[in-house]
Amino acid sequence: MEEISKHFLNNNRRHFLKKLGLGIGGLATASLLNPFSSIVESSDSPLAGLNLPHFAPKAKRVIYLFQSGGPSQLELFDYKPLLHKMRGQDLPDSIRQGQRLTGMTSGQDSFPLVGSQFKFNQYGESRAWVSDLMPFTAKIVDELCFIKSMHTEAINHDPAITFFQTGSQQAGRPSIGSWMSYGLGSLNENLPTFTVLLSRGTGRAMAQPLYSRLWGNGFLSSLHQGVQFRSGKDPVLYLKDPEGMTRLERRKMLDHIAELNEKQEREFGDPETNSRIAQYEMAYRMQTSVPDTMNIEDEPDHIMQMYGANAAIPGTYAANCLLARRLVEQDVRFVQLYHMGWDQHDNLPSHITKQAKDVDQATAALIMDLKQRGLLEDTLVVWGGEFGRTNYSQGALTKTNYGRDHHPRCFTMFMAGGGVKPGFTYGETDDFGYNITKDPVHVHDLQATMMHLMGIDHTKFTHKHQGRRFRLTDVSGHVVKDLLS
Amino acid sequence: MKKKKFKSTPLIWYFLVPFLLVLCYKYISSSRVNDYSDVEIKDASVLASEETIPEKIDYIFHVKPILSDRCYLCHGPDEGTREAGLRFDTKDGAYAALGENKDRFALVPGDTTASQMVHRILAKEESKIMPPINSNLSLTDYEKQILVKWIGQGAVWKDHWAFVKPKKPEIPNIFSENKNGEIDKFILRKLKEKGLSMSEKASKEKLIRRVYFDLTGLPPSIEAIDTFIKDNGENAFETVIDNLLASKAYGERMAAIWLDVARYSDTHGYQDDLERIMWPWRDWVISAFNRNIPYDQFVKWQLAGDLIPNATREQILATGFNRNHKITQEGGVIDEEYRNEYVLDRTNTVSKSLLGLTMECAQCHDHKYDPISQKEYFSFYAFFNKLDEKGRMDYGEIPEPNIRITQQEVKDVLTFINMPDSINELDLMVMKDSKPNRKTYILKRGAYDNFGEEVKEGVPQAVLSFTDKYQKNRLGLSDWLFDEDNTLTARVAVNRLWQQIFGIGIVATSSDFGNQGALPSHPELLDWLAETYREEGWDTKKMLKRMVMSQTYQQTTKATPELLEIDPTNKWLARSSREKLTAEMIRDNALAASGLLVDKLGGPSVKPYQPKGLWAETTSGQGLTEYIMDKGENLYRRSLYTFWKRTVPPPAMLTFDAATRDFCSVERQKTSTPLQALVMLNDPQLIEASEVLAAKMLKDENLSDKERIKIIFRRITSRTPEDSEVEKLITFLKDTESNYNEIEKEDFKLKQEYQDLNIPKKRIYAFTTLTSLIFNLDEAIVKG
Repeated sequence: MEEISKHFLNNNRRHFLKKLGLGIGGLATASLLNPFSSIVESSDSPLAGLNLPHFAPKAKRVIYLFQSGGPSQLELFDYKPLLHKMRGQDLPDSIRQGQRLTGMTSGQDSFPLVGSQFKFNQYGESRAWVSDLMPFTAKIVDELCFIKSMHTEAINHDPAITFFQTGSQQAGRPSIGSWMSYGLGSLNENLPTFTVLLSRGTGRAMAQPLYSRLWGNGFLSSLHQGVQFRSGKDPVLYLKDPEGMTRLERRKMLDHIAELNEKQEREFGDPETNSRIAQYEMAYRMQTSVPDTMNIEDEPDHIMQMYGANAAIPGTYAANCLLARRLVEQDVRFVQLYHMGWDQHDNLPSHITKQAKDVDQATAALIMDLKQRGLLEDTLVVWGGEFGRTNYSQGALTKTNYGRDHHPRCFTMFMAGGGVKPGFTYGETDDFGYNITKDPVHVHDLQATMMHLMGIDHTKFTHKHQGRRFRLTDVSGHVVKDLLS
Repeated sequence: MKKKKFKSTPLIWYFLVPFLLVLCYKYISSSRVNDYSDVEIKDASVLASEETIPEKIDYIFHVKPILSDRCYLCHGPDEGTREAGLRFDTKDGAYAALGENKDRFALVPGDTTASQMVHRILAKEESKIMPPINSNLSLTDYEKQILVKWIGQGAVWKDHWAFVKPKKPEIPNIFSENKNGEIDKFILRKLKEKGLSMSEKASKEKLIRRVYFDLTGLPPSIEAIDTFIKDNGENAFETVIDNLLASKAYGERMAAIWLDVARYSDTHGYQDDLERIMWPWRDWVISAFNRNIPYDQFVKWQLAGDLIPNATREQILATGFNRNHKITQEGGVIDEEYRNEYVLDRTNTVSKSLLGLTMECAQCHDHKYDPISQKEYFSFYAFFNKLDEKGRMDYGEIPEPNIRITQQEVKDVLTFINMPDSINELDLMVMKDSKPNRKTYILKRGAYDNFGEEVKEGVPQAVLSFTDKYQKNRLGLSDWLFDEDNTLTARVAVNRLWQQIFGIGIVATSSDFGNQGALPSHPELLDWLAETYREEGWDTKKMLKRMVMSQTYQQTTKATPELLEIDPTNKWLARSSREKLTAEMIRDNALAASGLLVDKLGGPSVKPYQPKGLWAETTSGQGLTEYIMDKGENLYRRSLYTFWKRTVPPPAMLTFDAATRDFCSVERQKTSTPLQALVMLNDPQLIEASEVLAAKMLKDENLSDKERIKIIFRRITSRTPEDSEVEKLITFLKDTESNYNEIEKEDFKLKQEYQDLNIPKKRIYAFTTLTSLIFNLDEAIVKG
């Protein structure tokens, strides 16, 4: 029965497209089929001359696992035994070198050094250091490409996260996913190009907030804004038909709308009218494709177990990792996750334990799941936050408790898949875990590298707005060639 | 200075072109570039093809856009990055002698062989070619031809149009059917040049819908449409316009535009994004427009109301304009860094909205394209740097400087504030120069703690010198803005009004009148309007009336394929643009058509329908943690009153291209996306409006279904549907009704008030669906 009605609905669509004078195939159809595709923009769009991609891409899709709040590199990946030896001693001025502090610790009398409360070991053939907080991640280090020498310019959350997402500390520029959507267009005809999934961590009740502008299109067309996929009945805002409406009714309604609109088009000759008809068709397809993607009932037990028990609970990080895989399976170009709660100013040991547990298994599962499906080859996975944390305690250092403030000078991220070296660690920090001693990677470098992997020369990919050519990496950024496989 | 080898007589340059051709062939082996003798010089009427080289090259229209976009980056106003000492942004610089021996010239008027520019732009060698390969900038063949031809024709220089004082031009001597047809005469002259003519007048239904939305943001009622249709008098349309300009809704429409400019919001915008109260300022804006306070006063009060001698409370309140910027409460930020951000924001807002300049580009270095030095930027910044304000506010704090408004004061003086009885007093932010002696320095690379030279209050000299006659404060700045010699203020203002009425400004980039901005499509008209606006005392209502009274405005939007081909963006106005409703209008149209709209002016912002959980899922647990929907009247207020939380703005409004209000914005995008379709199809507000309108029709037992459909159609689109359209809709209605299945419709719950009506549920369902269908027609979301 369902088959029959699907057939009927699709037939209707074909009929509709035919009436519009569109065959299947051909440029016009491609853009009408997916209005998220950048081709839909007029031919005089500034994009026309960009010839993207600039070269053969290593990755076709990105999953960006953003760890909001600033995870402590010292508890997770950047092993610093010296901090144990010097526990309680003040951070030497020779190391601090006048580094700006946040207002939260600038008033402290002392800056007592503190090492990780969690044990570190080396794993895999690559002998990468991982702490006991991340046992699942430890098992897959030979798939990962660690960058221990990340650094940023911002020291507070709002500007720092905005900087990572848009290349600028001040709001108003497009998010990295919007840039990719704009430059590379869509790979499928049923889902948005840039999708967003949010989850709240268990590590800190008062998590850092998020802002919808983080996945905003800035000055690019709103076609390129990130579309939030949410748990619950209405996974994309306004997706669900009104109560009681059947799909057949909706189909008939759209056909009537199209018919009446075509009459308008004939009378007024407004090309926008046709474009609008195409938007409605895409919306109609999304109404099926989005719930289909969100419905994980067909996932076998062994996959669910792989991601962990939370994967069955909608809205968790684990559930979102599973969804991320389902989205890239559908060829969604850019999947952006945000996991809140990494801002451990106090009670770090207990908070980070919970927070790491939220993400460890699911992150590892996602990477291995992509790998077993052959998707890791051309999907880039990125894991990391907006800055790192200090090597000294914020607040009192006790036997079992301490906190850490924001630290922009060095922190750790990792990537996997699409064109990066597996089982590789890049960059080094000093024994204090305070300064970078080798191969620094700036936020703009990371962005440039991500773009490079997607086949984009970040210096050439610009958008002219208010008289100026803007790019994700502003006026700087270098591709970190050593990271490329 | 100028070196002339040839006198640039026409004869000689005809000779010169083939000569150059030979030169090119010698110089480069590429066959693609420039067979000048082949350039077909066509009649101006086919200029639509941008690739046709114009007969007479104009510096402003043809040459400077190329120089600015491709050359200024290294040969422009920014001294810090200027290469080879060569600059093309000034006349002296462009014709100056170059090289150690000062024996070479980039430009030799009339002499393409001697002009280094020609050699460099046509160079084949990678090391010689300009712009350099690694700049990612390059010239098209067309652009190269333009530059070469311009030099051949004598390389005549002109100053940037926007920095030349507008002179009121003569009205073109051309016949217009419209007796007050000044605007039309300018438009007609251009159309004639292009070989085009005006389109026929739009139908009365289209016209009244268009003017209602443009002037009030609301659709006309059926009664208003009928009255207008029946009125065959000469002044029928003028009567409509006068009524609209006198209506309260006019101020609301104008305010909706100004709120974007002023980056108005109900929250502070950073991180925890706490609530702020600025709506009394918004009420003032509405009232100011309705009272038609002249634009110069309107601006002066907002910029410097507090500095006016014996300033009134109203004038002080108006300065809230420049406190609408975002303010952070994030723990740990450095106070001075953010205080600096706020001053920068004011500087950028004023320059963008009032001067049409992208001054923010001169924050870190001299402007790359426009004559604005970093020093001038910080001189401008100095005006807004005298507040005793904090960079980081505390939770629960109302940032200084602020004023307290009491209920009594509202009753006595500030009568335009719609203060609910439940509120006795409230504090809101205003401007006050409590630190008049704070010094301002150039901030190197724009960094808040990297002081350079000290600067005093000043302006970009290229616009108009800031002489001693102006006070060295914001009041003086206002006087400077409205000095009759200021080249920008009036142009920028009328251009924004034009954009409101015609969809695109005469200068399409309404935020950028600089070298990188668009050139005016009708420069004389722009200047005529600017000067007229000033002469008439900055009378905004009068100016808008003039625009909508024009024949140009009243054309049909019908576009023939030929016209679409020749003028796809409708630059020349041989038709009206088929403009889409704004985010506010789309929802307000639904509220008005269904009769749900609550016609109430001002007051605290309201929280209508919004999908559940949007605030909760991103909050830190501080501030506005949960969206608590209002009840009753507040659900149905006009959209400009919808509570604006900057970090999570109302999603349906953003989907329809509303500005984010993070910073000043003077134009909105116009996009068409699948998410917009989803809002129109499924937003509970639209569904409720459909049901309410459907029930209203069904309750009237005297109506036939056809009549009901006609009324619904008219209320939503302002047009009477044709019989064939009604037939189609009847078919849909009957089909929906006859296939109605009680089991499937279990979840379709009628509103309480309709349950007791003696109307079958399936009738209401079918009519609701039909009404929703009509809301989704293309015609329902365009102006007319």
